[in-house]
Amino acid sequence: MLLQQLINGLTLGSVYALIALGYTMVYGILELINFAHGEIYMLGAYLGIIILGFLTAVGLTAYSMPLALALTLLLTIIFSASYGFTVEKIAYRPLRAAPKLSPLISAIGVSIFLQNYVMITQGSTDKVFPSLIGSAGFTVLSTRVTMLQAAIIVVSGIIMALLHAFIRSTRTGKAMRAVAQDRSMAALVGINTDTIISVTFIIGSGLAAIAGLMVSMYYGLVNYFIGYSAGIKAFTAAVLGGIGNIPGAMFGGILLGLIESLGAAYISSEYKDAYAFIILIVILLVRPTGLLGRDVEEKI
Amino acid sequence: MSLLDIRGVSKHFGGIRAIEDISFSLKSSTIMSIIGPNGAGKTTLFNCLTGFIKPTKGTIVFAGTDISGFSADRVTRLGIARTFQNIRLFGGMTVIENVMVAQHATIRSNLFSIITRTGTFKETERSVRETAYEYLEFMGLESAAEHTAGSLPYGAQRRLEIARTLATGASLILLDEPTAGMNPLETDGMMQMIKNIREMGKTVIIIEHDMKFVMGISDRIVVLDHGVKIAEGMPKEIKNNPLVIEAYLGKEAH
Amino acid sequence: MTAVPRYFSRTLLRSSIISLWSAVLFLPFKGLQASLMLFGVLFLLILLLTLAGTWVSPRLTMAAAVRERMHRHLPADRRYLLLFLLPALGVPFIAQNYIIDVAVLAGIYIILALGLNVVVGYTGLLNLGFVAYYAIGAYSFALLNTRLGLGFWSAMPVAVVITTLAGFLFAVPALRLKGDYLALVTLGFGEIVRITLNNWDSFTNGPNGIGSISAPTFVGISLVTLSAYYYLVLFFVLVAIVVIGRVQRSRIGRAWIALREDEIAASAMGVPSTMYKLYAVSFGAFWAGIAGCLFAAKMRFISPESFTFMESVLILCMVILGGLGSIGGVIVGAVILVILPEILREVQMYRMLALGAGIVLLMIFRPQGLFGGRVVSSRH
Repeated sequence: MLLQQLINGLTLGSVYALIALGYTMVYGILELINFAHGEIYMLGAYLGIIILGFLTAVGLTAYSMPLALALTLLLTIIFSASYGFTVEKIAYRPLRAAPKLSPLISAIGVSIFLQNYVMITQGSTDKVFPSLIGSAGFTVLSTRVTMLQAAIIVVSGIIMALLHAFIRSTRTGKAMRAVAQDRSMAALVGINTDTIISVTFIIGSGLAAIAGLMVSMYYGLVNYFIGYSAGIKAFTAAVLGGIGNIPGAMFGGILLGLIESLGAAYISSEYKDAYAFIILIVILLVRPTGLLGRDVEEKI
Repeated sequence: MSLLDIRGVSKHFGGIRAIEDISFSLKSSTIMSIIGPNGAGKTTLFNCLTGFIKPTKGTIVFAGTDISGFSADRVTRLGIARTFQNIRLFGGMTVIENVMVAQHATIRSNLFSIITRTGTFKETERSVRETAYEYLEFMGLESAAEHTAGSLPYGAQRRLEIARTLATGASLILLDEPTAGMNPLETDGMMQMIKNIREMGKTVIIIEHDMKFVMGISDRIVVLDHGVKIAEGMPKEIKNNPLVIEAYLGKEAH
Repeated sequence: MTAVPRYFSRTLLRSSIISLWSAVLFLPFKGLQASLMLFGVLFLLILLLTLAGTWVSPRLTMAAAVRERMHRHLPADRRYLLLFLLPALGVPFIAQNYIIDVAVLAGIYIILALGLNVVVGYTGLLNLGFVAYYAIGAYSFALLNTRLGLGFWSAMPVAVVITTLAGFLFAVPALRLKGDYLALVTLGFGEIVRITLNNWDSFTNGPNGIGSISAPTFVGISLVTLSAYYYLVLFFVLVAIVVIGRVQRSRIGRAWIALREDEIAASAMGVPSTMYKLYAVSFGAFWAGIAGCLFAAKMRFISPESFTFMESVLILCMVILGGLGSIGGVIVGAVILVILPEILREVQMYRMLALGAGIVLLMIFRPQGLFGGRVVSSRH
């Protein structure tokens, strides 16, 4: 029972972590809470279903399942990343010099827009993801782990390791860190900060899309409002690990997933959705820099 | 008796000693300047005096009260007001509203009298506005009273900040680089204004880099270097103090 | 001479790139045909707007100058504003029930928006969970009325005190935070309140809500008719306008605005910042409490569904649409956002889509709101 909950929590947590990375990277660079990030995840979930449906219709799925899945993943990432890129360009870029709360309000507008955009074009009823892998799985220590759960945990782990390596060692990754440290200084040494900001949104959106695709496969159902609560939870995860801190977001995501599934099992499942909010409030009040963060002082 | 007594004040940020064991005292109705190279700890000392940061060690006694560790707004209400090195006005409010905010602690209107607009309340509001106008006149800003504070030219913004500190009713005024960015003509005007403030019976401490200005206006000068007080005295004494010359010109000048 | 064709071809290129990009993004969601249509429509629209823009923008600056001049010529005595009261008093005599109904709703939202304006507009604290106080007011009123049998005039003060207290108690810890962190904590608070109302079945009756709330009475007469209720709401709207306006033009209001402009400078002027933020939040919650009572007494039934995050966003939109910090602007904003959906019933599906896009456009082109002169809280 406990082990089963841990596996469930870990699966959920990996997904939160993937979304949380987008929040944390954007906050690290722009100090903006990208409220619409959860909607990109929702778009990813829808796009996965739509694209796979299209590939099935043209017969690719019947021809080669792995190929169809790979193509679905690729196209989902490309489309979602394009949405993320566009959102930044339209709704945030013109507000760079605006008072700090304007971009946050604009982000709320984007979030409402995207939710209704999907509802109008795709309908307000649940969308079903075709069951491909079924409930195949294996048993470890008398605990059942489905293939999908294993895949989600493994894929998330690999992606996070790749992201870590990317930010540590590539030229672009270093530029991202430089922009996060000090934007005007980075611009002075010749980094094109606008490009780096776009790249950040593209990467963050791609990660959210992967999370969306995996979740729609995991639950088999998506709806246009899943982005809001997933977004808040992922944001909570980012805050837990110290916003702006990339390993922190992964840690926070997994911690939150575990808390949720253990809380639902042992405390109360009715208040399951409240846990994230309670944690968010408590962390912000007690340790706003997150569990892994460092303190900063305001300049006078 | 002295108005302000600073005894052994230190402030450490982590391992960095921003100021270390600073002591001096100040009599009423005098102008004191604090000078020293960049990074000497002048603004940190101001922040300690005005409650924006808590000194690590030492006591600050103002008019007989130990104010070390008091919050900034409480320090202001007790009678120490300041300006900021990088001007901090209420940019979206009008010039006169800026000065009216500063009188916050000098008036006592409660919610009941505000909502019912009692006679006393109206009277208080009228006098707040009049007083604000007087301070604006004093700093030569009366013609700009209804302009937005953020739209004022730079020199006028500095003067408005000073008008605001006066309106708090404080007896000790701290000015952080009041002539920064001003032309010689404006600097001369500022010198006269600060002297006028002393004539009102107020005490002034200035952080300033312009030596001509400092020598021309100060009754006393304190020199800081690397967070330590290296000299204190009349302008004439400071001018010829070898330690001061060394701090400013550096060792390579020898 | 070559400048004009060059400008024209640049515009053409720009519109085709933007519309092509949008059409591609749209493709998976509605198929090829719809996507091509979107391309065509967008292309023409952007082209027209760009061309119109070069003609319009100098005229817009002129219009702004005219408005500025008009502002200066308005009489200093604000009593002329009473003229606006006359049509408001006449509504029940000339309008149909449906319109009075909308007007009552608008009145409730005006009170809510004026309350939120104290917090966001004056003091500069972004609150994304204001609906929590509205909910606490409505539920306290409903429970006092249905469980303890208290009438309107005795239940309302108690409910409003409870709401104000809730605002105060939540603000004590929350105000240690600033800016967007504070905004998220208030959002969390709003959601927790809603989730609790939804799940605490024994106390709040869960998702089924509380029904058979009794109608208010006044000196023994039941205010059950719509027009009577209209005047009750109008009375509270007027009280809110007068009281909030007076507080704004006092030392308290000045301290709030100073805190919004620059908190450090405000404390250097002797303003105790935490205390005045607490004042602002409690004062805002007070009005949300009143609005909650009026809402519960009007609907005679309440459920958690009325108090979602979207409701908080809607109230916030009212405040920023008309103009942060200006009472008149906030009233206009609330009226527009209540009436607009009623007019747009035909295209109801696109309502929220337009609201979302509208928020973004407002932030980009007119962050100070349609009628306001000031910008959202400035921070350094």
